[in-house]
Amino acid sequence: MYLNSIFHNPERLERLINIASSSFVPLLEGAITYTLPLTVITFTIGLVIAFFTALARIFGNRFLRGIAQGYVSIIRGTPLLVQLFIIFYGLPTVGLTISPFPSAIIGFSLNVGAYASEIIRAAILSIPKVQWEAAYSIGMTRSQAIRRIILPQATRVAIPPLSNSFIGLIKDTSLASLILVTEMFRRAQEIAATNYEFLFVYSIAAFIYWVICFIFSIIQGKIEGRLDRFVKTVGGVR
Amino acid sequence: MIKIRGLQKSFHDQEVIKNIDLDISPGSVVVIIGPSGSGKSTFLRCLNGLEIPNNGIIEIDGLQLDFSKKVTQKQIIDLRRRTGMVFQNYALFPHLTVIENIIEGLITVKKLPKIEAIKIGEKLLEKVGLLTHKDYYPSQLSGGQEQRVAIARALAMDPKVMLFDEPTSALDPELVNEVLKVMKDLANEGMTMVIVTHEMKFAEEVANEVVFFDEGVIIEHGPPSLIFHNPKKERTKKFLSLIQ
Ligand SMILES: Nc1ncnc2c1ncn2[C@@H]1O[C@H](COP(=O)(O)OP(=O)(O)OP(=O)(O)O)[C@@H](O)[C@H]1O
Ligand SMILES: [Mg+2]
Repeated sequence: MYLNSIFHNPERLERLINIASSSFVPLLEGAITYTLPLTVITFTIGLVIAFFTALARIFGNRFLRGIAQGYVSIIRGTPLLVQLFIIFYGLPTVGLTISPFPSAIIGFSLNVGAYASEIIRAAILSIPKVQWEAAYSIGMTRSQAIRRIILPQATRVAIPPLSNSFIGLIKDTSLASLILVTEMFRRAQEIAATNYEFLFVYSIAAFIYWVICFIFSIIQGKIEGRLDRFVKTVGGVR
Repeated sequence: MIKIRGLQKSFHDQEVIKNIDLDISPGSVVVIIGPSGSGKSTFLRCLNGLEIPNNGIIEIDGLQLDFSKKVTQKQIIDLRRRTGMVFQNYALFPHLTVIENIIEGLITVKKLPKIEAIKIGEKLLEKVGLLTHKDYYPSQLSGGQEQRVAIARALAMDPKVMLFDEPTSALDPELVNEVLKVMKDLANEGMTMVIVTHEMKFAEEVANEVVFFDEGVIIEHGPPSLIFHNPKKERTKKFLSLIQ
């Protein structure tokens, strides 16, 4: 129906082509200047948080375990959008004003940190006990065993689910539009608000998201292919 | 050289090792036999600190640990550096190649330069007949090959005593002998060994001493000729008749 109405109406077709060519560049610019940096920066910070949170939960004393567990529980138990709103709209009421992009960085990093810590924790716990014992039996201390034996194996286990999180994060960054970050989807909203072509403009945005995710899923496939021969034997599966 | 006195280990309320005394002289091969659940693995694991005994004394090569007092992490690590452990399921490090498995302890624990470590590693691989496989990953080896690498990995740390927990039990029958041969060679070179095994023929050939375990105590021990052909205790006779 929609397509039909376009092709029987040359004027409308021309208008859409104009909108497409004039909006594609700003959308792509939004993706390159905000969506991708937001994804990469928050994923990196998030991984660091996740790594230490996972270590604290597995190896920490009761105090560290408690803090880590509380953090993960709060982040996982509340909507990401609510977290972003608290940081951007909520904190100014107690005198802490953070501009949109840093707010998004903080919110998404904390979010990635909590979810990825669960992935890393599960990966560490999936390494069979006898690997620890073999490390101890050649005289390693606990930290040597963790560094040299457990983490290298756990990394291989964690990479596939972590790359899924990364691709999920690319799409989740569209939520940053709601705290005024002019990332790709915010620009789409602005453009659509001027020309009322909501279906068309949002579809272009969706297409760009899809292309980005597609590229990263190819990269993901390459990385996992490389790890394959190790993963087969990691985790005690023989 | 190895002196064990009053060794005792419980899990929760269950006493698994009950007041064991044993002396092992340098260069001797001790084979431990006994029914499933009698505490053989637990005993071996106590000897290298993978389990911490609740009580008793372990003395290996001048290092004495008294478990009636609190032992430190450093003492446990010293104990482990005097003992090499071979596990039933090999437990090689799957992310490392054969040679990397063997030199890992030399580099990380003993802090040897890599070149020197590789020299030692290659010598050991030659000994277990796997020098040609040094760049393979464990997943590319047969069970018998993996276990020989595991033996080389333990030997690399230059232990005073080698502990084997059913080293051939997970192997296909045709692969058992290649592992037993490596162990025999080691015995002939004068390595002190404590071996839990069901390979009775091997035990008879190689052991200086056979120890029969049941319910966490040593029922009797002595040279293989005595234990296998002339056991004194009823329980030993019964066990041997069951497995033969
Ligand atoms: N980590 C543990 N926690 C609780 N109980 C344990 C643990 N390890 C061993 N046990 C118990 O201790 C007893 C002795 O076990 P152990 O593995 O030493 O026997 P085993 O003689 O080696 O037997 P098998 O011939 O089957 O290997 C068993 O009853 C076992 O269930
Ligand atoms: Mg056992």
